[in-house]
Amino acid sequence: MHIPTVAELQARGEQPELLYWVGCAASFDQRAQRTARALAKILTHAGIRFAILGQEESCTGDPARRAGNEFLFQLMALKNIQTLNQYQIQTIVTACPHCFNTLKNEYPDLGGRYTVWHHTQFIYRLIRDGKIKLKPISSEALQLVTYHDSCYLGRGNGIYDAPRDILQALQLKIVEMAHHRSRGMCCGAGGAQMWKEEEKGTTRVNIARTQEALDTGSRTLAAACPFCHTMLYDGVKYAGKEEEVEVKDIAEIVAEHLQ
Amino acid sequence: MLLAQILFVALLVTAITRFSRMVRKIRRNILLGRDERISGDRWQRWKNVLLLAFGQKKMFRNWIPAVLHLFVYLGFIIINIEIVEIILDGVLGTHRLFLPYLKGVYPVFISAFEVLAVLVIVACAVFLIRRNILHVKRFTQPEMTRWPRQDANNILIFEIILMLLFLTMNTSDQALQMHHAPHYVHTGRFLISYPLAQEFSHLSNGSLVALERGAWWLHIAGVLFFLNYLPYSKHFHILLAFPNTYYASLDPKSRMPVMESIVPEVRNMLGLPEEAASDGSSMPAHFGARDVFDLSWRHLLAAYSCTECGRCTAACPANLTGKKLSPRKIMMDTRDRLEEVGRNIDQHGQFVDDGKSLLNYISEEELRACTTCQACVEECPVSISPLAIILELRRYLVMEAAQTPQDWNAMFTSIENNGAPWAFPPDQRDQWTASL
Ligand code: SF4
Ligand code: SF4
Repeated sequence: MHIPTVAELQARGEQPELLYWVGCAASFDQRAQRTARALAKILTHAGIRFAILGQEESCTGDPARRAGNEFLFQLMALKNIQTLNQYQIQTIVTACPHCFNTLKNEYPDLGGRYTVWHHTQFIYRLIRDGKIKLKPISSEALQLVTYHDSCYLGRGNGIYDAPRDILQALQLKIVEMAHHRSRGMCCGAGGAQMWKEEEKGTTRVNIARTQEALDTGSRTLAAACPFCHTMLYDGVKYAGKEEEVEVKDIAEIVAEHLQ
Repeated sequence: MLLAQILFVALLVTAITRFSRMVRKIRRNILLGRDERISGDRWQRWKNVLLLAFGQKKMFRNWIPAVLHLFVYLGFIIINIEIVEIILDGVLGTHRLFLPYLKGVYPVFISAFEVLAVLVIVACAVFLIRRNILHVKRFTQPEMTRWPRQDANNILIFEIILMLLFLTMNTSDQALQMHHAPHYVHTGRFLISYPLAQEFSHLSNGSLVALERGAWWLHIAGVLFFLNYLPYSKHFHILLAFPNTYYASLDPKSRMPVMESIVPEVRNMLGLPEEAASDGSSMPAHFGARDVFDLSWRHLLAAYSCTECGRCTAACPANLTGKKLSPRKIMMDTRDRLEEVGRNIDQHGQFVDDGKSLLNYISEEELRACTTCQACVEECPVSISPLAIILELRRYLVMEAAQTPQDWNAMFTSIENNGAPWAFPPDQRDQWTASL
C-alpha cells in the first residue's frame, strides 16, 4: 500500500478529499507509528482519497506554545498554514488531539481555516455510515476495555462519545475508570511535560493514572492520543503488567477488526 | 421614634458609603489589567450567567455540598427581600410595612423565610464541621493559611448569628402579638417562630420588646457589617460570580488565544506580506505576564471572584501527585498581589515600583508542573481559568526572562531545526509508510 503525498497528487493534477495530518509522535515514535499505519489502513479500506504532507509536514508548534514560546509557535503555525493553503487543503484528519486542537482552534487566528476531524470522530462516522466493514464478533468480543479520555479531546473539545461509540460498535465492553469523561485525569504528557522531567512530587502522573486504568481489570487500555499512549504504556511497564495488559490506540483496535 | 429613625439612616448611609468606596477600589484594581475586548455570543454569555451563577450548575458536580450551598444561596437571596422591609421600616419608623399590602400572604412569605433561615443554619453548621472537624482535604491544603481559613469560618458563624437574630426577632414579635401588645400588629402565625413563641410568652412585654428591638437592630447592623466585610473576603464571590461567568471565555478550553502583538514581526521574519487589518496593537510592556498589570482585566476579575473552594486543586493532576502546583493558590496569589499593588497606589497616588511582581508569589516550579489538562477550568463553579494565568506567566518566563529548563530549550531548537520536538531529521518523517 502506498500513501501519496499531496505534492504527488498535485503533480498528477489531483486534489485529495482529505489530508491526514500525521503529527510528530505518529511520525517518529515507533509505537505511535502503528496508529498511523492503522489509520491509513482504515481510510484506505473505506475508500477515502487521502494524502499526507510527508516531509513537508512540520510540528504544529503546540509544545512550544504550551511551554511559553509563542514566538516559535507562530513561526511554525504560519509556515504550516502557508503549506496547507498553497495546496488548498480544506479537510484534515489527525490522530493527535494536540494537533487537532491547534489546527482546529488556534490556526484560524493566524489565517488557517480548515475543517478538522479527530480520527475517532472520523472513524465513528465511517462506521455509522457503513463505510467500514467490521468482522463478525470474534473471541475478543465482549472483552473488557477501558478508555482513557485525552484532555485535549475531552475537556478541550468536548469529544467524549465518539471513541466510546467506536468501542461499542466493536462490541467491546467498556469499564470506566474512577475518573472519566470531563473528570478524566491527565496522562501527564500535556503542556510540554513530555519533553522534560516531571517536577518533584510524590508520584508520577502517568503512574497514578495507569493505576486507575489497571484497577478496572481491563486487558486493553484504549487511548486516542499518541502521548497518552506512551504515558500509559510506561505506566503499565512500571507496574510490571506489560505481558497481561495492552495499550492500544482506538485506530489500532478498529484496524484489527476490519473485514 | 424619630431618634431611632435618624440613627438608622446614619448607620445605613455610612455602611453604603463605605461599601461603595471599597467597591470602587476593587474596580480600579481590576482595571489595572490589560485591556481585552470581549467577543462572542452575548446570549451564550447570559446563558452562562443563568446556568452557572443563578443556577449553580457546576456546583452539582458534587451534590452534598451543592445542596447545602443551595440553602445558603437561596437563604441569601430571599433574606435580601426581607431586608427591604426592614430597611423601609427603619427609615419610616413603621413596623412590618408590607403586611397591609400582602395580608394573608404575608405570614406565608415570612414562614418561608424562617424555614430557609433554619436550613441556612443547618448548612452552615455542616460546613463548619466539614472545614474544622472532618478536615476535608481541599480545605486544609498549604495555601489555606490562617486568614483564608479564618475568613471562611467568620462568614459561616456570622450567617448563623444573623439567622438566629432573625428568628429571635420574629419569635418575640409573635409572643408580643399573643399579648396584644400595642404597635405589634397581628400578622398571623409564622411557621417556626409561632411554636417557639409559646415558650417565650411568660416573659413580660418589656423584656419581649427589648428582645425584639435588640434582635432587629443587631440583625440590620449585622447585615450592614457583613456588607462591609465582603470586599475583604473571598465571599465577594457572591457578587462577582455574576460578572465573572458573563465575561468568562467561551472558547474551547484547550484553545490558547494568540499573542497579537508579535504576529507582524513573525510574518515579517517569514517574508509574508503585512496583514492589512492591523488593529494598531502596540508592543506590550512584557511578553506574557510578569505582574498583575500584564494580565487581562478578566483574569483580575476572576481573582476577586475565586471562592477558594479548591475544586480546581482537588482535580489537578499535578497537585494530586504531590507537585507544588495548586491552581487555587494561583488565583489567591494573583488577588494578594493585586491587593498589594492597590495598597501601594492608595499610599502613593500611583503605583511606585516595589521591586516585586506576581512571580514573587508564584514560583517557577509551580508553573512548570502544569500539564494544561484544563481540569481546573472544568471544575471551577464560577468559570475561572487558573490555566490562563499559568500560561501567561510561562510566556514571560520563556520569552523574556529566558528561564527555560534545558530540556525545553532542546525541544525548541529541535522544532526550529527539524520541524519536530524530537531530534529526528525531517526526511524520516514519512518512514512509517514504508512498512505498510
Ligand atoms: S491545567 Fe494545570 S493547573 Fe489546571 S488542573 Fe491541569 S495541571 Fe492543574
Ligand atoms: S479557581 Fe474556581 S475552583 Fe478554584 S478555588 Fe477558585 S473558585 Fe474554586
